[in-house]
Amino acid sequence: MRYIPNAERDWESMLSVIGHKRLEDLAAVLPEGLRLQRPLNLPSPLAEMELVESLRRLSEKGTEGKKWISFLGAGAYNHFIPAVVDHILRRSEFYTAYTPYQPEISQGTLQAIFEFQTLICQLTGMDVANASVYDGASAVAEAVLMAQRIKGRNRILISRMVHPESQTVTQTYTHPLSLPLEPIPYSADGTTDLKALAKAMSGEVSAVVLQQPNFFGCLEDVEKAAEIAHAHGALLVVAIQEPLSLALIHPPGQLGADIAVGEGQSFGNSLNFGGPYVGFFAAKEAYLRAMPGRLVGETLDKDGRRGFVLAVATREQHIRREKATSNICTNQALCALAALVYMATFGKQGLRELAETNLSKTEYAKKKLGSVGSLRFSAPTFNEFVLTLPVDPVPVLAGLRAEGIIGGLALKRFFPEMAGEILVCVTERNSQNDVDRFGDALGRRRKK
Amino acid sequence: MSAPRTSDCVPAFHEPLIFEEGGAGRRGYSLPALDVEKVDLKKVWPAKLIRKGLDGFPEMSEVEIIRHFTRLSQWNYGVDAGFYPLGSCTMKYNPKVNEDVARLPGFASAHPYLPEELSQGALQMMFELERYLAEVSGMDRVTLQPAAGAQGELTGMLMIRAYLAGQGNPRQKVLVPDTAHGTNPASSSLCGYQVVQVKSNEHGILFPENIAEKMDGDVAAIMITNPNTLGLFEENICEIVDIVHRHGGQVYGDGANLNALMGLTRIGEMGVDVLHFNLHKTFATPHGGGGPGAGPVGVKAHLADYLPNPVVVKEGENYRFHYERPKSIGKVRSFYGNFAILLRAYAYILSMGAEGLKRASLVALLNANYIRARLKEFYHLPYDFPCMHECVFSDRWQNKFGITALDIAKRLMDYGFHPPTIYFPLVVHGALMIEPTESESKETLDQFIDVMIQIAKEAESNPAVIREAPHQTKVSRLDEVLANRKPKLRWKP
Amino acid sequence: MNIPKELKYTKDHEWTKLEGQTAVIGITDFAQEKLGSIVFVELPPVGKNFQQGQTAVTVDSVKAVAEVYAPLTGEVAEVNEALRDTPELINRDPYGEGWMFKLKVTGSAETGPLLTAKAYEAFIAEEEAKG
Repeated sequence: MRYIPNAERDWESMLSVIGHKRLEDLAAVLPEGLRLQRPLNLPSPLAEMELVESLRRLSEKGTEGKKWISFLGAGAYNHFIPAVVDHILRRSEFYTAYTPYQPEISQGTLQAIFEFQTLICQLTGMDVANASVYDGASAVAEAVLMAQRIKGRNRILISRMVHPESQTVTQTYTHPLSLPLEPIPYSADGTTDLKALAKAMSGEVSAVVLQQPNFFGCLEDVEKAAEIAHAHGALLVVAIQEPLSLALIHPPGQLGADIAVGEGQSFGNSLNFGGPYVGFFAAKEAYLRAMPGRLVGETLDKDGRRGFVLAVATREQHIRREKATSNICTNQALCALAALVYMATFGKQGLRELAETNLSKTEYAKKKLGSVGSLRFSAPTFNEFVLTLPVDPVPVLAGLRAEGIIGGLALKRFFPEMAGEILVCVTERNSQNDVDRFGDALGRRRKK
Repeated sequence: MSAPRTSDCVPAFHEPLIFEEGGAGRRGYSLPALDVEKVDLKKVWPAKLIRKGLDGFPEMSEVEIIRHFTRLSQWNYGVDAGFYPLGSCTMKYNPKVNEDVARLPGFASAHPYLPEELSQGALQMMFELERYLAEVSGMDRVTLQPAAGAQGELTGMLMIRAYLAGQGNPRQKVLVPDTAHGTNPASSSLCGYQVVQVKSNEHGILFPENIAEKMDGDVAAIMITNPNTLGLFEENICEIVDIVHRHGGQVYGDGANLNALMGLTRIGEMGVDVLHFNLHKTFATPHGGGGPGAGPVGVKAHLADYLPNPVVVKEGENYRFHYERPKSIGKVRSFYGNFAILLRAYAYILSMGAEGLKRASLVALLNANYIRARLKEFYHLPYDFPCMHECVFSDRWQNKFGITALDIAKRLMDYGFHPPTIYFPLVVHGALMIEPTESESKETLDQFIDVMIQIAKEAESNPAVIREAPHQTKVSRLDEVLANRKPKLRWKP
Repeated sequence: MNIPKELKYTKDHEWTKLEGQTAVIGITDFAQEKLGSIVFVELPPVGKNFQQGQTAVTVDSVKAVAEVYAPLTGEVAEVNEALRDTPELINRDPYGEGWMFKLKVTGSAETGPLLTAKAYEAFIAEEEAKG
């Protein structure tokens, strides 16, 4: 048993120190009536070689290792991850380490988190960012709870184009606390209906929540939304599901957002069928004490050397217990590290160039596919857009798969009124050829 | 850059922040030439939305990036470097093959919204893992969605709340033992419950009379960790479960200490209604420096309707996600959970099998009791009973010389060990909570024991060397007061 | 252990000085020593009303949070703004510059539960003996 060093010979001497004869005697602390009388019903153990083969087969089930062209986005983005990221993640000093509660032997993790926090602040235009939360969805939930804690009011206005998964998670979190989420509809151009927002606002609202770009891929007027929220003393929360967009979009912190949260998966984290991902969470300085999650701070040691420690921990569960700002215990340290290495690798110029690449290819796709279907919304977009098809998208998408193309997400699963629409995402991983093939295949199918 | 200084492990370079490195024009990335027309941003976006540039972002070559993060890693201590006896964390070895299989491209590149016919492998893995976890724990149904133990607790408490609300009254209070992990009361609060603390007795466990006194029709649930954070088995659990159930309440099991029980007993059979697992503890998925983990939740059949959406169902030979479940509490995580972590736990279970898991638990008990038996001469053992997978000492005898648990922890680092958990559980003043896990050899345990004995002697003969420890690390005794009075939480350009 | 004779005390280690209808409130030397270096103080808003025994202030050290209760019923008249930037004043001078807030005492002063310096001293000795 290669993961358990002590073997029978070792047990004997150890047992005699304890005062037992056999290994099983250690379970004597368990009441007789609760002792399991049979072995657990689990598959026979696999040798390493068998394990690898078995899982490889499982990973190819249904796809048989075929190559696919994918235009799926909708909150999880297909970006190329440079080799350096995984090489760093595979350093066992990083991945087999624990939470850095003992700072002297965790300076690697602590400094990395400090760097991550800094980059998130720079990216979002905020003053303070935490060490990460579970994902973009729970980040929105925590932001709403935080706004409620700060303002003490009981209404939350949330744009319908915040990612549906984020809305469902936020709803789950707020339901037991009697904090209803009131949806704000979208306008004809694909952005949040700010007139409706203004109408719904009152002094009873703690927060207004928008996503940038929104779920339809459209760019929102964050500045205007901030004005509306602030006019009634509410906070503006901006959620960012595709943070690459921030390389080109004016940071929400400079447009009036009070809290900026989002999903960091795009930066260095594989799609991994939905997880683990990494939520980022940032806010204005004034709201620091109400923030959930871990924070790493800079300090000096007894000899005046710079070092890093977990800071402002009195907000957290291990000290504050039931009065904590959240129940969160782990952050997503390794995923945040991946995001950090990715951001450092691309850097100031690279992220911008990468974002321009995504944007350019998407604009090309909009022209190409817009002649086959029609562009549903007129608002500017980043790397996603909504396409209306003249026929039911579901069989069309199924047909495309037969040609090795995954053509995007049929929107009616989240927006029943959009029975004819699909959400298409184009990243640097899609070539012009891919888009042309998609367009041609779509063209052939739209009459059927 | 200052000259390298050797320590017991590695040269300790002073590594600046990434913002203090690199230089204008340096690149660490490469992008293919654009194969479509480059868009003029000003033509497609309103001016006020366009960003000037990414201030404060570094420009580094690949070499500098690799050097930077390699050096940072060398200041970390991971399980692969040595013993990590953190009580309550189960820092067991992270199998390397699990890292490989988690990266299989068929899984790593799978988008969560892939059509189901293309994600059958992923769905099958989830379906099977649910059943393995149910089998190990004796629960009926499992959700893999929560991203961590704390999120699992929230999920479990939300389900209890929904179930009781469905019966007419969600109730107001939750009973939480004084030995509980801080996430327990925090998660209860998040559900809108008021926390009522129940005390353990002089044996370190809960006693039925105390529960009976606090239990009434307004208590929704009790949260129990078994074995508890003192490493002691809550032997009155069945009676306690009975009391709570008779008043219509539910029993939440915190499964953080499951490593003590695999193949020996099943928590579900003690009557627990909901249980969370910590895959990053019991099932050997890596801690990552503070995540990602995974906190699946098991329930008994009466709570199955409330599980988060979606659930994985098998129809014939096909697997699919099922969403149309009106009583579900909703979702706690986007998509389906920390899939790549689930995959590692799955690989671990397949590698160990029933015998392997049972042996892991038995050897975990062996290792903890061995430490307990050998150290009790030198450190105060507040609850002198056989323990399970962890034991809790206190710094009481060392206090005489002005030495605290914190000092002992810092001195351990000089000897190359990660300290145990300190100051938890709160019921023990100056607690030192030691959980060796089954991953340690007798030699390692003997070394640790010898060092602890050495430190106990140093406390008497030379307390100053302990109070000023650690001496060998890159930094020592960081000023936490300074960090908290004037928090500096980011670098500024 | 500094326990000024002219002040009144509570079993939760608050001190109070009555100046007419206004009570000045802080925490004792015993309390600040137990807490350790104080890093943050959350003060109540001026004008807020507190019943005797309600939490009025929270005080953070690095590893702990303590609640400071209103020893009397009243309305907050003034708070010590200096504590926002220099919370360590509480450690340095708990009865002087480390004062926390002033209450305009409403109704009759319920001085019943308040202890004299002597009684407080005895109370601490008892607590310490319990260990």
